[in-house]
Amino acid sequence: MFFLRSNYTHPEFRRGFQDMLSVSPGIAAWGLMTGVAMVKSGMSTFEALFMALTVFAGSSQLAAVPLLIAGAPMWVILVTGFCVNLRFVVFSAHMRPYLMHLPRWQRLVTGYLSADLTYVLFVKSFQHPATDDAGRAAQMAYLAGNGGINWLSWTVSSVLGVVLANFVPTSWGLGFAGILALVGMMASLASSRLRWVSAGVAGAAAVAAFALPLKLNILVAISVAVAVCLLLDKRPDTSHPPHHAPKDPA
Amino acid sequence: MSPDSFFVGTTDAWTLLTTFGLACVTVVARSFFFITDKDWSLPAWAQRGLQYAPIAALSAVIVPEIVMSQGALIQTFKDARLYAVVAGLAFFAWRRGAGQAVLGTIASGMAVYLPLHIGLGW
Repeated sequence: MFFLRSNYTHPEFRRGFQDMLSVSPGIAAWGLMTGVAMVKSGMSTFEALFMALTVFAGSSQLAAVPLLIAGAPMWVILVTGFCVNLRFVVFSAHMRPYLMHLPRWQRLVTGYLSADLTYVLFVKSFQHPATDDAGRAAQMAYLAGNGGINWLSWTVSSVLGVVLANFVPTSWGLGFAGILALVGMMASLASSRLRWVSAGVAGAAAVAAFALPLKLNILVAISVAVAVCLLLDKRPDTSHPPHHAPKDPA
Repeated sequence: MSPDSFFVGTTDAWTLLTTFGLACVTVVARSFFFITDKDWSLPAWAQRGLQYAPIAALSAVIVPEIVMSQGALIQTFKDARLYAVVAGLAFFAWRRGAGQAVLGTIASGMAVYLPLHIGLGW
C-alpha cells in the first residue's frame, strides 16, 4: 500500500512506480473514457463520481452501468460484476504466497489496489515469493508503488471523464468507447481456442436470451459458455475416436 | 457555472448502495484466495471453469450492445458499431495485444465509429 512509510521510502517503490508509469497513459485514457461512458449511459454526476472513486475496476463498472440504468436487481448487478472480475480470483490464487505474511487488513487493501497490469508487472518482476524479511519488504514496496500510481492515474482520469462528459453532446455516441474498451479487454483475454469458444457461445446466448427480464440473459450466457467449455475441455477423451469406445461397459 | 448545471441527473440511494457493493466485490474478487488464513482451494472442475467465465461475462455484455437495437437483432449493415469493432479488433490483432493494444483498440474503433455515426448517421 502506497501510504505506508515502510513502502514509500523503499527504493523498490520507485521501480514499481516507474514500471507502471510507462503504461499509465493507456490506463488514464481508459479511465477517461470510462468516466465519460458512465455519465453518457445515464448515471447522475454524483453517482458517477462515487463510482469513479470507489469501485476501481473498469470492466466491472462498464458492465454494471447498463444494468444499473435498466433497474436490474442488486444481486444480478453484483453477481455480474463479480463474474467480470473472476480473472482476479485466479490472480489471487497466484498472489496468495506473496502476501500471506501481512495482516488481513493489509492483504485486503493490497488486493483492492492490485488491478490487471499491477498483477502482470509484479509477477513478471518477482517470479517467486521472497523467503526472508528484506525480500518481502522489497516486494511489498514494489507492489505499493506500482498499484499506487495505477490507482492514481485511473481515478484522476475517471473523475476528469465524469466532469468533461457534461460538455460533450450525447448524439456523438462517445459512450461506445466503453464497449470498445471491453472489446479490447476481451481480446486480451482470448488466449486459447476454448476461450474464443466461450466468448462466441456467451455472445450468441446473450442475444438469444435477450428477452429475459432483469438482464438475466448475461448470467444465462455465462453459465452456458462455462458449461460448454468444461464439456469440450475433456482433452483425454478427444484422443480416441468414439467408435473405438466400448459400447457397453457391462 | 452554477453547481446545479454541473451536477446533472438525479441520484438515488439504491444506486449508491449498489455501487458500494461493487467496490466490495472488487475487494473480494482481488483478495479471494488470501482473505482467510486457512489453506483451502476450489474443486478442480471449478478451477477449470473459472478461466472461461471472465471472457464469457464480457462477451455477454458486449455482443448485444453491438448487434442489437431496441431489443432486436439489427437488419442492416449500415451500423457504425460493426465497423468500429472490426477496426478495433484489427488493430489489436496487428499489435498482437502488446503495449497499448487496448488503448489502440478504443482509439482506432472510435476513429471509425465517429465519422460513420456523426457524418453518415449510421
